[in-house]
Amino acid sequence: MRSFLDFEKPVADLEGQIQQLRRLADEDDTASVADEVETLEHKAREQLRALYAKLTPWQKTQVARHPDRPHASDYISALITDFTPLAGDRKFADDKAIITGFGRFRGDSIAILGQEKGSDTQSRLDHNFGMARPEGYRKAVRIMALADRFALPVLSFVDTAGAYPGIGAEERGQAEAIARSTEACLALKVPSVAVIIGEGGSGGAIAIATANRVLMLEHAIYSVISPEGAASILWRDPVRAQDAATAMKITASDLVTLKIIDAVIPEPLGGAHRDPETAFTAASDAIAEAFDGLSGLTGEALRTARRDKFLAIGRNLA
Amino acid sequence: MNWISNVVRPRIRGLLAKRDTPENLWVKCPDTGEMVFHKDLEANQFVFPGSGFHQRINAQTRMRYVFDDEKWQPIALPDVPVDPLKFRDERRYSERLKAAKAKTGMEDAVLAGTGTIKGVAAVVAVQDFDFMGGSLGMAAAEAIITAAQAAVEKKLPFVLFAGSGGARMQEGILSLMQLPRTTAAIDRLKEAGLPYLVVLTNPTTGGVTASYAMLGDVHLAEPAALIGFAGPRVIEQTIREKLPDGFQRSEYLVAHGMVDMVVARQDLPAAIARLLRLFMKLPPGDGAGEEAVSDVGASVAADADEPAANGEVAAVGDGATPEDGAVAEMPDLFDDTPEPEAAPESADMPDGETADDAPTPEKSDK
Repeated sequence: MRSFLDFEKPVADLEGQIQQLRRLADEDDTASVADEVETLEHKAREQLRALYAKLTPWQKTQVARHPDRPHASDYISALITDFTPLAGDRKFADDKAIITGFGRFRGDSIAILGQEKGSDTQSRLDHNFGMARPEGYRKAVRIMALADRFALPVLSFVDTAGAYPGIGAEERGQAEAIARSTEACLALKVPSVAVIIGEGGSGGAIAIATANRVLMLEHAIYSVISPEGAASILWRDPVRAQDAATAMKITASDLVTLKIIDAVIPEPLGGAHRDPETAFTAASDAIAEAFDGLSGLTGEALRTARRDKFLAIGRNLA
Repeated sequence: MNWISNVVRPRIRGLLAKRDTPENLWVKCPDTGEMVFHKDLEANQFVFPGSGFHQRINAQTRMRYVFDDEKWQPIALPDVPVDPLKFRDERRYSERLKAAKAKTGMEDAVLAGTGTIKGVAAVVAVQDFDFMGGSLGMAAAEAIITAAQAAVEKKLPFVLFAGSGGARMQEGILSLMQLPRTTAAIDRLKEAGLPYLVVLTNPTTGGVTASYAMLGDVHLAEPAALIGFAGPRVIEQTIREKLPDGFQRSEYLVAHGMVDMVVARQDLPAAIARLLRLFMKLPPGDGAGEEAVSDVGASVAADADEPAANGEVAAVGDGATPEDGAVAEMPDLFDDTPEPEAAPESADMPDGETADDAPTPEKSDK
C-alpha cells in the first residue's frame, strides 16, 4: 500500500482507478481493461511528472520526510558490501540514531556514518526517529578517528530532523558532542563525502555533513531549522511553515545556487521512494565521482581544502 | 543614511536616555528583591551585591571590564554579503538589522579587539545579546573568524565571550554554515599553539554552543548563566516534564563536566590572565592579576581597582542602557528565565533552532 502526500491526490485518484480496473479484470476474465489501464497509467505518469517538475519547497519537505523514502540503512544495503556495523561511543552508550561501520564501496574499504530514522514503529523507536544524542556524535567521532588511522575515506548519509532535545542529551553535553563531531569532520586527513538523502536538520546534520564534497538528493532539504520551527518563531504561527520553507531556501537547487552543496543527485520520477533502485544507482555514481575528484590529494591537502571550502561559503556570493 | 542610523540616532537616543534616567534610580534584584541604587549596581559591574545576580551587559561594557584601564583597540571587521536570501518574515530582515544597529550602535552582534588583561596581551571577541539575540550569522561569524585569525597573526591568545540564542535564522542555511566555519577558524588557532578560552555568559545556546563556544581549551562561565543546546522550553515541550532546578545553568555544567569553573564577573580578568600566563609560560602577574578566584556569592564586593568603580552615569548610554537595566529587563529578570524566550527579537532564539529538533513521531511519519 503506497502512501500519498496531500498534493499527490490527483495521482492517488488515478492509481486508485487503475487498481479498481485490475481487480475487475481479475474477477471477470471477459473484461478487457488493458487499454484503459494503459491510458490511465500514462495519465498518472504525466500527472506525476507535472507535479514533481515544480514542487514547492514545502512539498519537497514532505517528500524528504516521506515514510517510504529510502533511509541510510537502505543506501548502505544497496551500495556497501561487507558492511560491518560498529557500535558504541566507548563512553556511555550506543546510539542507534547514527549507524556506523566499515564496508566496501565499489570494492574499496570505507568508513560509513548514517543517520537512520527507521521504517516501522519499532525501528523508529529503536533509532529514535533519527534524532541522535551525544553518544551518536561521539560514536561518529570514534569512527572518524579509526578511518583516519587506517587512511580510509569517510562517507556519511545525512537524514535527521535534528539532534534530540532532552534532559539526558543536555546532561551529557549535546552541544559539545556536535561541536566535536564537526571538528572531527574538519580534521580528517582522508577524503570525505556527505550525502543529504532526506532531511538535513540543523546542527544535528552539520555534525556529520562537514565533508570535502556535499551531495544532496533532488528532493532532500537542508536547513538551519525546520519550516515549522521557523514559522512558529519568526512568524509566530506554525501554519506559516510553507512560507518559512520558501523564505529559508532549503531545496537542493537553492543550495547549489548559494554554493553550499556541490552537486544534486537526480531522483526518479515521483521521488526516491517510487523507485529506490534508480535512486541508489544515481547516488552510487555521484558518490564515486565525488571520491574520484578527491583522489591523489594528500591528507594535509584534503584537510586544508575542506577547511577552505567551508571558509569560502558566503564569501563567494556575489 | 547609514551614518544617520548608525551614529546619530544612537547618540540622540543615548542623550535622551541619560536625561530620562533619574539619578536616584533603584533597581530590584530579580533573585532577592533587594533594591540597589543604579549607580552602585554599575559600580559593581552590574552584579547585584547581595545575591551575586549577574545582569546582562553589552559588548562595549564587557570590553571595558575585561581590558586593563578599559583600553582596547578594535579589530576592523570585514564586510559580508548582507541578506543574500532577501529574507522576510513578519518584517524584512534588512529592517531588523537596521533596528538592531540603531539600538546597539554596532554593525552586527560581535565586537573584537586587542588589549591587555591584567598585563597579558590578548585578542578578545564579545557577542552582544542586544543585537538580535547575539545570533550567529555571516557577519558575526566573520568577526569571530577575523579575531581568531588576528590572534594567529599576532601570536596572541584568544578569549571569546559567548552570549547568544544561536544561529540567525533569517540567514537560513548560511547561518548553519557558520558552525563549521567558526570551528575551522578555531582549529587554525589551536594548530598555531595558541590558547583559546571561552567565557560563557547568559545565555549561550543553540548553534553557538554546538560550535566554537564548546571548543575552548578552557570553559569559564559567569554564575547561573543558561548554557545548553536546546532551549529549556523546547525540551519541556518534547518530554512534557518539568525540568530540574538549575538545569542548564553554569553550575550544572560544571557538575556535568562541560565547564571548568564558574567565575564572578569581577574576577574574570584575573582568572583569564592567570590561565593565559600558565599556558603561555609567562611569569606570574604582579599580584593584581593573582587574586584568588572566589566563589560566586562571596566575590561580589567590588575591588577598588576595578574599572567599574570609575564608571559614571554617562557610561550608562553605552553600557546597559537605562531602559535595559532598569525597566525593560526587569520583567524577564523577575521570572528568572531570561533571554531566549523573553527577548522580543526572538527570531534567533534557541528554541527556534531546536524546535526542528523536536518533531513528534507523528510528524516524522507523515
